[in-house]
Amino acid sequence: MDTFVLLTLTGLALGAMYFLIASGLSLIYGLMGVLNFAHGAFITVGTYATWWSESKLDAIGSDPLRFVVAAGIGLLCGAVLGALVEIVLIRPLYQRHIEQALVTVGLSLALIALVQGIWGPTERIYPTPKWMYETTSILGAQIPNDRFVEIAAAVVTLGALTAFLRYTRYGLIIRAGVENRAMVTALGIDVKKAFTLVFAIGGVAAALAGVLAGVYFGSVDPHQGTSLLIFAFIVTVIGGLGSITGSAVAAVAVGLIQQYANYYASSGTGDLAVVLLLALTLLVKPGGLAPKVAH
Amino acid sequence: MRRALGIVVAVAVFGLLALVPKVSLDTHGVFSSELNSPGTLQLLGLMLVFGGVALTYDLLFGFTGLLSFGHALYFAVGVYLTAIGTTKWDWSLPKTLAFTALVGLVLPLVLGAVSLRVAGIAFAMVTLAFAEAGSILVDKNPHGWSGGEEGVAVAFQKLPESFVGVLNTKNLYWLALAYLVVVFVIVNWAVDSSPGRVWQAIRENERRVEVLGLQPFRFKLMAFVLSSFLATAGGVVYVLLIGGATPQVTTPSFTLALLLMVVIGGTGTRWGAVLGGVVYTFLDNRLLDWSDSQTIQDLPKALRIPLSEPLFVLGTLFILLVYFLPGGLAGLARLRPRRGGVALLDEVTTTPGATVEPEAERV
Repeated sequence: MDTFVLLTLTGLALGAMYFLIASGLSLIYGLMGVLNFAHGAFITVGTYATWWSESKLDAIGSDPLRFVVAAGIGLLCGAVLGALVEIVLIRPLYQRHIEQALVTVGLSLALIALVQGIWGPTERIYPTPKWMYETTSILGAQIPNDRFVEIAAAVVTLGALTAFLRYTRYGLIIRAGVENRAMVTALGIDVKKAFTLVFAIGGVAAALAGVLAGVYFGSVDPHQGTSLLIFAFIVTVIGGLGSITGSAVAAVAVGLIQQYANYYASSGTGDLAVVLLLALTLLVKPGGLAPKVAH
Repeated sequence: MRRALGIVVAVAVFGLLALVPKVSLDTHGVFSSELNSPGTLQLLGLMLVFGGVALTYDLLFGFTGLLSFGHALYFAVGVYLTAIGTTKWDWSLPKTLAFTALVGLVLPLVLGAVSLRVAGIAFAMVTLAFAEAGSILVDKNPHGWSGGEEGVAVAFQKLPESFVGVLNTKNLYWLALAYLVVVFVIVNWAVDSSPGRVWQAIRENERRVEVLGLQPFRFKLMAFVLSSFLATAGGVVYVLLIGGATPQVTTPSFTLALLLMVVIGGTGTRWGAVLGGVVYTFLDNRLLDWSDSQTIQDLPKALRIPLSEPLFVLGTLFILLVYFLPGGLAGLARLRPRRGGVALLDEVTTTPGATVEPEAERV
């Protein structure tokens, strides 16, 4: 029983990180038709920015506060990078989806190589407040506290994104844009700002996932983002490109299946099961669980 | 007339390449040693193999408009089965090759039939997922066959004597060249055949092909199987040249590298894709050595670090090419000097594949 609880919460925590990455991917694809490979680089940059600034912030005495400030800087870097990528690289290629995807492929290779050049290819210990690794007992299972942080972060992000999409003017434009971009433009609304905004949101969410992944794995290396990205892609497609809710459901399913199968069957089976799930979903429902609704 | 000229050029280029192992030439640092030294010949062989593999990817992406993220899987089948068959199963080379060829045909037939039920980005994702499954399988190291992170070496006792030893690198070089020639001839023939014309029609407008009464699915599957099978053959040559299989060839990054090669060379062109594979492999291998050179080491840190990472240079080069030379290196040949010496593309080059997913069909 306690193993099951631990597996469930770990699966949810993993799903939480997948969701954070997938939500940005999904919004970007839904609104702009861009398959953003650079998302892996957003994750890596967010993680390393946090790690780097943590080591420079000696002035702050308390560990948790220093970590939170550093994480804030990491998220800011994610947002700035996301917006910059959209303005500098994606904007000149509007409507040329394949070229846009190609540019993001090039960018992700270049940025990750750059991080590797500066901080080396080896793993770095991630600075995590001690509290994260202490455990809380739930139904007899000892759960590391970081699992709760990851789940909470995803739930808050899901809530904030949903509220933003539902109740703000920009949210309305994005939702309308996902459904029919040509019509929104025809109504005289500047969709370009929404494009930049969606990239910035994706950048923040990806950087947050990166920070949490650093905590979850206890270390960072330049290629961590890429391996997370593949599962996030799978989540995005299963959930239906463009749907936040679909991504959330798919992320939970993928995280849990991966954990259960990896433990109860054998290590690696979970990853294969997820791939199989993707193939089955696409064959039964080619559009994913919830195609093209941004709410 | 143009066709005859093309044949003459091809024969001349491949003929010159065949002479390389006979020429002792100082390469002035372009390669690490003389032109016909074993080290240089091995790198040249690799460049030729990847020229061929890039062309097989171009058959899919450039000529048929199928954006696959899983081509690495079929290459890896050739690499791993050759190594595992000779080493772990103790099979003779002919038996191993026959089995590899069988898998190289059946696997893409089955997986292609499944993935081609969806189109566009969904197709890319399914192929990515299948390739990822292959990568995980290799990593899991079932029965100790694939060797996990360490990989497997080819049992050199099983190879013909002329392929073993440093002195025989020239034979492997010729093998690589033969592979490239075979792929080049087959792709040329296939693209000009009547199914080949249908592939290009599918790339341009799949719905219209359907309206004409043809079934795109069959033609796409044909292209998928042919391209994958040739990639498997490339994997076999690669593993003979390198001497062992490593898990890098199974990763999605490897497929992305193929995509980069094709786009750098010129999508939907025959010489372009080959050139892209050759140039990419060359830079990927040599940039690392050049970065150790004194000129680079003396540069300030801000320049030295990026220049020491081959993928940073290649990634940046790739982005610049997408913007400023959409036709890739092959597009350079189409540059015509205009009055005042300004060069312009004489036609608007759109990347083939841009029409893969018409707006209405996007998921």
